[in-house]
Amino acid sequence: MKDLHMKNPKISAKGVQVHYGDTHAIKDVNVEIADKTVTAFIGPSGCGKSTFLRCLNRMNDTIDICRVTGDILIDNEDIYDPKVDPVQLRAKVGMVFQKPNPFPKSIYDNVAYGPKIHGLARNKAELDEIVEKSLRKAALWTEAKDRLDQPGTGLSGGQQQRLCIARAIATAPEILLMDEPCSALDPIATAQVEELIDELRQSYSVVIVTHSMQQAARVSQKTAFFHLGNLVEYDDTDKIFTNPEDPRTESYISGRIG
Amino acid sequence: MSYKSLLTVDARTKRRNAAETRFKAYGLAAIVMAMLALAVLLTSVIGTGASSFKQTYATITVPLPEDKLDKSGVRDPDVMKKVTTIGYSSLLKNGMVAALQTAGISTDLNAKDIGGMLSKEAAATVRGFVLANPDVIGGDATFELLMNGRIDGYFKGRVTMESAALDGNTSPEELALAQALADAGIVRTKFNWAFLTAPDASDQRPEAAGLGVAILGSLYMMIVVLVLALPIGVAASIYLEEFAPKNRWTDVIEVNISNLAAVPSIVYGILGLAIFINFMEFNQSSPLVGGLVLTLMTLPTIIISTRASLKSVPPSIRDAALGVGASKMQSVFHHVLPLAAPGILTGTILGLAQALGETAPLLLIGMVAFVREYPAAYTPEAGLFGEAATALPVQVFNWTQRADPGFVERASGAIITLLIFLLIMNAIAIFLRRKFERRW
Repeated sequence: MKDLHMKNPKISAKGVQVHYGDTHAIKDVNVEIADKTVTAFIGPSGCGKSTFLRCLNRMNDTIDICRVTGDILIDNEDIYDPKVDPVQLRAKVGMVFQKPNPFPKSIYDNVAYGPKIHGLARNKAELDEIVEKSLRKAALWTEAKDRLDQPGTGLSGGQQQRLCIARAIATAPEILLMDEPCSALDPIATAQVEELIDELRQSYSVVIVTHSMQQAARVSQKTAFFHLGNLVEYDDTDKIFTNPEDPRTESYISGRIG
Repeated sequence: MSYKSLLTVDARTKRRNAAETRFKAYGLAAIVMAMLALAVLLTSVIGTGASSFKQTYATITVPLPEDKLDKSGVRDPDVMKKVTTIGYSSLLKNGMVAALQTAGISTDLNAKDIGGMLSKEAAATVRGFVLANPDVIGGDATFELLMNGRIDGYFKGRVTMESAALDGNTSPEELALAQALADAGIVRTKFNWAFLTAPDASDQRPEAAGLGVAILGSLYMMIVVLVLALPIGVAASIYLEEFAPKNRWTDVIEVNISNLAAVPSIVYGILGLAIFINFMEFNQSSPLVGGLVLTLMTLPTIIISTRASLKSVPPSIRDAALGVGASKMQSVFHHVLPLAAPGILTGTILGLAQALGETAPLLLIGMVAFVREYPAAYTPEAGLFGEAATALPVQVFNWTQRADPGFVERASGAIITLLIFLLIMNAIAIFLRRKFERRW
């Protein structure tokens, strides 16, 4: 596998191994992820791409039997250092989940929750501003501005997912992790979210896990192909989809395995 | 291959349909049985108990001469206390006889029997009034006084002329006289507030027995249970469900909590007797000890229902909270707990309802005692909830053991009261669940 060495990677993983009890889920993954880029993780179900994504904001900490070894550096700081508080890390590394999961609270409270617990706003006016900015960035402002006090769970699926994106960016993260953000959405909502991901690239380093190769091709600049816990190939998206080096990658994108 | 017609039902389908029909019939039969049992229970309890909410009183004017009640004439309550209820009984007898004369009713009964138609409690009522208001001495005062249990039973249909003829405590003549007094408007049957407010009465006075002390005792115990079991139970559940590592120790704890929920309640009574009374030396018969024992008994119920409602909150909500950088505790208290609240409240109220109806452990810690004094919530000597009391279900148990048939009616009345409290609590549980239930 070709080693892609970047000058200033946002995230740099070296020799990452993940074990779930006796299962070896991630096997020695080395990857460097650039800032202001959309990086897609593709691969068949159970290949470890979501597991690896969840290592990047230490969401795997919540699973008792999960063990992570190796180094993951964000801005050259080891996020598994004992001095790192995962709470601070997760404010810096936002996450959007597979199924839209707004809190059963108002739209406003959904977005305002993160800034509130991190003390990002000194007063109501500042909080209002953060909420509006986040909803605008998530392309939900025009639809939601008149119903901020209504429950977030009352929105449509696509709107809910954009609300979750707004909630994630309200804490001013530098990295956005998206775990199959469109798998529960219809094609129109998917297109809206994809458009949004492209815009988010201006401000964040976006890492997206997806089942859909077309989606990876549409939204990402870099693509990593995972298979059976191994990072098989990682390169520019165009390269992966037109001229993959590894035969396994070729088989997957041409539909022979998966 | 030949095609089978859809219009004919084949043997296999027939058997399946028959099995389904049989199953439905079994289910229906079970429900009908349950409804019948409930109907029989309610009919029997209400049939015997409803009359305890009515009581027969005589309104008579009693002369209160100074030479009988306060010879010294100084109106000093300590001196006046020397006149016992026996002294007052003769005055009541005179009052009854005078009432008969005024109403123009003639009878062959002697004055002693006429006086005996009033409850033994009546003399105590008048004595208490006179001691509290010494100024009335020397004049007359009008009282509404309890009739004795047999006369009361006659107006409720429990005592008949035939049964009275065989009864040493009354006679058909007394019943006839009581009827004449009722016709004259002197004796009336009215709603019995005293049943809910008065304390228990001795074996010979079922007509005076009330649930006041028992209701107060049950209320104090429920306060103790709520204040202790809810926070401890919810905190324990949150810790076990959200924070505790999943290992052999937590498995052992989990199994033990389930086992504790199935421990017979009398075992908690023995535990309470040994620990709270013998070792910690809290007061016997006190609502504090009763409440502590019921807390121990209710805790497993609350923990199990709270854990179930915490489990039912979708994990995606926890992920969402952790994902925006909430700490574990923030995710639990800001998101999980509010969503689990309706289930927790329902479980708690049902646990309380169970505790309210519990009898066995209270017998062991002395709450079965005969208590006439209303227990105070706090006294410097006895401490918080430290004064002796009884409880509603124990009062039922107590009354069913007494000889006088009047207590059968009282016991059923107490059961009705207990059932009403339970219904109210369950209604509150349903109301809270409906009100706070959220969909996501």
